[in-house]
Amino acid sequence: MEPLALLVAATLNAGTVLAIAGLGLLINERAGIVNLGAEGIMLVAAIAGFATAVHSGSDLLAFAAGAAAGALLAAAFGWLVIWLNTNQYATGLALALFGVGFSAFVGLSYTQATLGQRARFVLPWLSDLPFVGVALFRQHPMVYAAMALAALIAWFLYRTRSGLVLRAVGESPESAHALGFPVRRIRLAAVCAGGALCGLAGAYLSVVYSPLWMEGMVAGKGWIALALTTFSTWRPARVLLGAYLFGGVTMLQFHLQGQGVDVSSHLLSMLPYLATIVVLVLISRNAAFIKANMPASIGKPFHPGA
Amino acid sequence: MLRLEPRPQPSRALSLLSPLLALAVTVAVGVLLFALLGKDPLRALQMFFVEPVKSLYALSELSVKATPLVLIALGLALCFRANVWNIGAEGQFVLGAIAAGWVALQAGPEPAWLGRGIVIAILVAGVLGGMLWAAIVALLRERFNANEILVSLMLVYVAILLLSYLVYGPWKDPKGYNFPQTIVFDAVTKLPRLAPRLRANVGSLIALLCVAATWVFMFRLYRGFALQVGGLAPLAARYAGFSAGGALWTSLLISGGLAGLAGAIETIGPLGQLTPHVPVGYGFAAIIVAFVGRLHPVGIVFSAVLMSMFYIGGELAQSRMGLPKALTGVFQGLLLFALLACDTLIHYRVRFGADRFAR
Repeated sequence: MEPLALLVAATLNAGTVLAIAGLGLLINERAGIVNLGAEGIMLVAAIAGFATAVHSGSDLLAFAAGAAAGALLAAAFGWLVIWLNTNQYATGLALALFGVGFSAFVGLSYTQATLGQRARFVLPWLSDLPFVGVALFRQHPMVYAAMALAALIAWFLYRTRSGLVLRAVGESPESAHALGFPVRRIRLAAVCAGGALCGLAGAYLSVVYSPLWMEGMVAGKGWIALALTTFSTWRPARVLLGAYLFGGVTMLQFHLQGQGVDVSSHLLSMLPYLATIVVLVLISRNAAFIKANMPASIGKPFHPGA
Repeated sequence: MLRLEPRPQPSRALSLLSPLLALAVTVAVGVLLFALLGKDPLRALQMFFVEPVKSLYALSELSVKATPLVLIALGLALCFRANVWNIGAEGQFVLGAIAAGWVALQAGPEPAWLGRGIVIAILVAGVLGGMLWAAIVALLRERFNANEILVSLMLVYVAILLLSYLVYGPWKDPKGYNFPQTIVFDAVTKLPRLAPRLRANVGSLIALLCVAATWVFMFRLYRGFALQVGGLAPLAARYAGFSAGGALWTSLLISGGLAGLAGAIETIGPLGQLTPHVPVGYGFAAIIVAFVGRLHPVGIVFSAVLMSMFYIGGELAQSRMGLPKALTGVFQGLLLFALLACDTLIHYRVRFGADRFAR
């Protein structure tokens, strides 16, 4: 039982990075903006968070720095795609490429750095329960925060007026504009919020999950998070589910290696990427289903008065 | 208050001027960055823009870097014109290198019956390898509606891991002191060089031939025309009876093939063996090359040379001025950002004054 409980615990932890980033991208896409720069944002936020943790010793400050870095990059992206009407895909790619280069450049002096003793988190009483104690109740608070975040975003999108407006902007910016909503500002706010969450995920990765800084350490998690939004058909709870699924696949690979399975670690490392492709294929197979669930204005520029 | 006013016609002049404007912005940021790092900006600029073109040797090095960029960017330009977002060229490049390496490994020390003809076989294998990787993307897109951006990108990671598996495992040189690398390929597989003592090879000539061929395909062939109509106006293309699936397959196979060819040329040209360091990001840099070159074959040649100057300049700045090589990546990303911003000027005029619609 013990190894299985540890596997569940590790899965939740690994899924948290994907969940937070995926929820951020979900907010973007609900407002009609696809940010392909997630990978770059997460990398820059990872080094911003790690550097902050090294210098300040505070994880909370590190998370704040990561989120701020993410929001800042997203704002630059948002200004380009929302006000200058640049192509969302091309601009997102530019951000992804810039993030890879910029984080490598800034992170040069941190590759050898280490963080002090990491705090261990144990929920009193609950963590002593057999199996579930190890599996569920010895996690970093961020793991629970990610779950709460999914609930919060679901509530925001479906139960509040602002959420309704956000979805309206994503479905039909023209109608929202005609009703007098500031479409571009709403989109920018959504992009910044999404960027902040991607940044938070990046900081969690480098400060808690790993915890270290390595060039290119996000290793495709930003892209997998993008795939999660399609996987979830743009629903918060399913983003969470998908994130844990991919977290599980990632952990399974380490688990198999630990069990001494006689397959090259390089081949096992392909699992998360192959799983992403398989899942995308299974979900996207029904084009009408995807189309019915996808925010209608996704990827399309909006120019008021044009 | 600044505001944008749509132009009735996109400006042709600005379309050509925009990359230069973007370069100017990137250089300006670069100068600022060098000054901040306490380095002499003039000397740094010299590393990037003078040293790489100073001598015949330098030009030869430039051509070695520019060749894969030109080849990959040509294919990407075709894809982007067809509105097919293939961003996994890096993976197609790696698969080309793997396929080429596999054929090269078959060349024994004793002269094979093919003789120097094996070089052709290796290049063809590279093309097929790249095509295979791109065909997966096309198949999953057409048959299962799977997003080509994500699938092609995931396949990059799979390709790189496959290469690692091979050079750490079955293809490892038994006499290589356990380094992850294949044997150095037999001399008979080596791509002919253009001049003794220079690394420039016939790959550059092949790339130029591909530039001409892509130009003909894009602007003179019916198929190339149909493909671009599909990208610009899918409904018009459908009305005209142009097959969307055909455009998807054509653009992906050509671009995969070209990326694979680049991988093969890299493998039997400058590298001469396979190591985990075959992928160095050419597939991603080529995205920038394609956009900066205006998705035009001739423009791509110029932008690939520029991007190669970034690469070589970055290396020189590291060895001679102690600047981190990672700067190259920063400048590449900045260049594309600046270009996209400047491109706004092609479609819009900047006006001063209040905007009645702005909100």
